[in-house]
Amino acid sequence: MTAPSARQGRLVADDIRVAFRPPTRGAPPTVALDDLSLDIAGGEIVALIGPNGCGKSTFLRVAAGLLAPARGQITLDGRSIHEPDDRIGLVFQEPRLLPWRSVAQNITYPLELAGWSAERRAARLAELLHAVGLEAAAGLRPVQMSGGMRQRAAIARALALSPDVMLLDEPFSSLDALTRERFNLELLRLQERTGTTIVIVTHSIPEAILVADRVIVMTPRPGRVAAEVRIDAPRPRSVELLDEALVSRAAAEIRAHLELSENVA
Amino acid sequence: MTRELASTPDHQPATVVPPRPADPVPAPVEGSRALARSAAAIWPAIVAFAAFVAAWKVVAVIAGLGFILPAPEEVGARFVAAWADGTMAPHAWTTIVEVVLGFAAGAGAGLAVGYVIARSRLVERLVSPYLVAAQAVPILALAPLLALWFGPGLLANVVICGLIVFFPVAIATMVGIRSVDRRLIELGRSLRASRREVLVTLEIPAALPAIMGGLRVGVTLAVVGAIVGEWAGADKGLGVLVNLARASLFDYPLMFATLVTIALLGIACYSLVVLAERRLVGLR
Repeated sequence: MTAPSARQGRLVADDIRVAFRPPTRGAPPTVALDDLSLDIAGGEIVALIGPNGCGKSTFLRVAAGLLAPARGQITLDGRSIHEPDDRIGLVFQEPRLLPWRSVAQNITYPLELAGWSAERRAARLAELLHAVGLEAAAGLRPVQMSGGMRQRAAIARALALSPDVMLLDEPFSSLDALTRERFNLELLRLQERTGTTIVIVTHSIPEAILVADRVIVMTPRPGRVAAEVRIDAPRPRSVELLDEALVSRAAAEIRAHLELSENVA
Repeated sequence: MTRELASTPDHQPATVVPPRPADPVPAPVEGSRALARSAAAIWPAIVAFAAFVAAWKVVAVIAGLGFILPAPEEVGARFVAAWADGTMAPHAWTTIVEVVLGFAAGAGAGLAVGYVIARSRLVERLVSPYLVAAQAVPILALAPLLALWFGPGLLANVVICGLIVFFPVAIATMVGIRSVDRRLIELGRSLRASRREVLVTLEIPAALPAIMGGLRVGVTLAVVGAIVGEWAGADKGLGVLVNLARASLFDYPLMFATLVTIALLGIACYSLVVLAERRLVGLR
């Protein structure tokens, strides 16, 4: 995998508003996101944190081109996103593997849809399996694997087309705390090699601090940016290297903004 | 689904990552042991069959029904004789052709209509009342009419057969396609899959277990449809032979031997579908 130049993968959200049709006629529409603007630099890692229903996942679906905003637009390196794009890799909350396919066939599914030849797919598959440490599991079916292995396969699938941006929607929320920490560090290691921009939605303050350059705290419905907290820790990061004072300061700050935004709602 | 990927040498040596012992990978079974296991599985079936024949014999002897319930050995002998002297084969062949053509036509139409109904509320509203009405009218009542329209013989019987197969396949397809996980479709959309790619790589594989259930029901009904059609008007077929043996020849052992043939045909068709299902659905 070749690292794209740092300028690639700049994701800009400009004044996004998303409203859902009301359940009953005449009622006001549900506004999921409003006045949401973000500027994420190429290669940056940003964590979105906020209470349930603040529209974090909705934002990811807009950024992935799966949902059209009512107002505003998303651009990736200056090109507007209004439909799914090969430059964006998406990892869902659940692995979402196809149960009738082997791990290898799941990982190469995007390549198949993109029309790659069998030889190119096989070569790329070997790289991807190595990147996520699933070499020995290539022939297994999803039902034969643990939750963690399935999520690894989902990450490999999202990386298949070498995207400039990875969008992850609470990718490790079903894993236990220790596994989760290990997966976070592996994600960072992968990111160092690929230089991919990462937007990760999370509920976990420690996870946000461990992985992110910048933590965006969102307000509940309608989702807006409540605050930004910079995590000024050097990379490559590890659990031991994270300065405790910095971590607790950042955590306290995030928590304060979260509570504040809850009170507003 | 493309299969070629499964055979590509995508494994690195297994030493790179130690195999995880917790994975429930089925251990390969040795040939002789597999054989022994399938032999063991066959015993209950043999015992049940022997019990059935014994009970039949007891009832035939005690009730003394004579020629309207012939003893099993009598039916067995007539079965062998009817196949040996060429009485059975031409009738069986006609019925098999009707079943195969009728099943293919009915299942094909059922798959297509079931899919469209599943994906379009409008089509569902327009079509489903007629579907249900057609299914609610007994095929037995329709059969003479269809024989009149299409002339007695192959075409009418294929149509009757197809009609009776159509409904369960259409309903199973509709239910199967509707129950495809929306999240998988969203995955396909995020990977820019075309309408056709969504159908081939997501919807059909996901709905396959439900569709195969409909085909299992359909294939047994196909045999019923062929026999009903032959009763309504035909000069050849196992249904015709049942009638001939009962009403013209008074050869009750032949009638029972024909029923046995029909039952075996049904079992064979059903087994073929189950076999196809195992191959297609396999391990999930």
